[in-house]
Amino acid sequence: MIRFWRVFFVGGLLAYRALFNWIRPWIYIPTMLGAPIFQLVFFTKLGQYSGAGDKSFFVVGNAVQVCAMSSIYGMTMAVANERWFGTLGPLLASPANRLAVFLGRGVPVLANGLFVSAFGFGIGVVLLGFRPPTHAIPALAVVVIVTAASCTAFGMLLGSIGLRAKDFFFAANLAYFLMLLFCGVNIPLHVMPEWMQIVGRSVPLTHGIMAARRVSAGASLGDVSGLVWAELGIGAAYAASAYLLFRFLERESRRRAVLDTL
Amino acid sequence: MTTALLVWKMLLFRLKEFAVSAWFLLISVLQPIIFATIAFYMFRTGGKPGTLLYAALGAGMMGIWSSTLFGSGGALQWQRWQGTLELLVASPPPFVIVLLPMALATSITGAYALVSTLVWGRLLFGVPLHLAHPVAFAVAVPVTVLALGLMGLLLASSFVLYRHANALSNLLEYPVWVASGLIFPISLLPGWSHPISWILAPTWGVRAIRAAALGGSPWGPIGWAALLGVVYLALAAVFLRIFEYQARARATLSLT
Repeated sequence: MIRFWRVFFVGGLLAYRALFNWIRPWIYIPTMLGAPIFQLVFFTKLGQYSGAGDKSFFVVGNAVQVCAMSSIYGMTMAVANERWFGTLGPLLASPANRLAVFLGRGVPVLANGLFVSAFGFGIGVVLLGFRPPTHAIPALAVVVIVTAASCTAFGMLLGSIGLRAKDFFFAANLAYFLMLLFCGVNIPLHVMPEWMQIVGRSVPLTHGIMAARRVSAGASLGDVSGLVWAELGIGAAYAASAYLLFRFLERESRRRAVLDTL
Repeated sequence: MTTALLVWKMLLFRLKEFAVSAWFLLISVLQPIIFATIAFYMFRTGGKPGTLLYAALGAGMMGIWSSTLFGSGGALQWQRWQGTLELLVASPPPFVIVLLPMALATSITGAYALVSTLVWGRLLFGVPLHLAHPVAFAVAVPVTVLALGLMGLLLASSFVLYRHANALSNLLEYPVWVASGLIFPISLLPGWSHPISWILAPTWGVRAIRAAALGGSPWGPIGWAALLGVVYLALAAVFLRIFEYQARARATLSLT
């Protein structure tokens, strides 16, 4: 058991440091902090002009959604980049517990996503006049943690696909943009056609954003527990699917001798 | 004549290259369609269905800018990764002539966005495609695309020195959408930001295209967009000489 947790925590951290060794402040700040500022301003102003909702609707939606930048792109890279860096073979040749290897990579990515999301809320407060009730902040934090974890699980699935697929970045980018559309980030879910609502409800973010909006408006965590559990359940389902896919593709790649084929 | 031929050949080469790139398909077609759909729903929700053509044109312009930005930022970075940047700098033509077709190709490829969002809006949301001034529209679109390409050239010139141009590209997408009033008027922004909007070609480009499509006076904005394009070209030529020399002197040209 100790071995499992060592691979989970230490392995996850080492993998993050190794795979993201190119991250420097002059890359991180414009990408992870600069872009979310303007995304929040853009959609809040567009919302103001279109009259589609009040300010807090857009601040909350986008501040939660920006965690996907880390969760989707980061997690995809945390798994798929092993192949691109040529380290997938040695990794899979090791006897380390695969579940620990796989899930451990999500912890730094999740922490980063939470930081970006918190920064987004901070920008909402400082620049856009977003004022959630003080007593709502702990509940909001719980909702954001669950949502970021759920998004990270989705990123794991995309990363697993990247173990075989060539253009996994295309898929990650497309997924990120589609989440902006389907997850009720900037459009109330009920105004979309039925099929879009079904898609939206079956992916991470949607329930989390709905919960975050209600909490910001004064609801308690208990009031939104159904939404939070739904978000958690969706995240768990994606994590399980991602792990199964990872194992399947690992076995297939070994069998077909295409482990490091780019 | 040789220079014009060189620019033309390289432009064709880049256009062919981008036409088969999944990345440009995403940036120039899929992303604008997604943003246009978001905008359509937002305008509908807000009870402004009459502004759907406004939204389609704005989302198309957003796509042109994204393509120009990522293309211009990526152009040098891709050459760096492929080890061909030094060869291009060392080749006999001035570097600005080498870079110009790359920048123009990114904005021309970006023009797919305008077509995509208009067709998408028509097919799925019933957005009317009646143009108030068709001739002016036919002039405004190429002038805007050209001006954005030249703005991309100016950006790319500064990216010669900046080794992490891609990160800067990630940052600059939304700010230009906001400051240029591509999908909402700049009057919603604080007064101090307006002079920034005025020096951005997309501001005048979108005004020209909107006035030509929805009614208004397009020729003034077309003139401003064209003038800004010329200014960008002149600045890019000067900056490129300086930055290229600095990169060579510091031996940072090919550092990734």
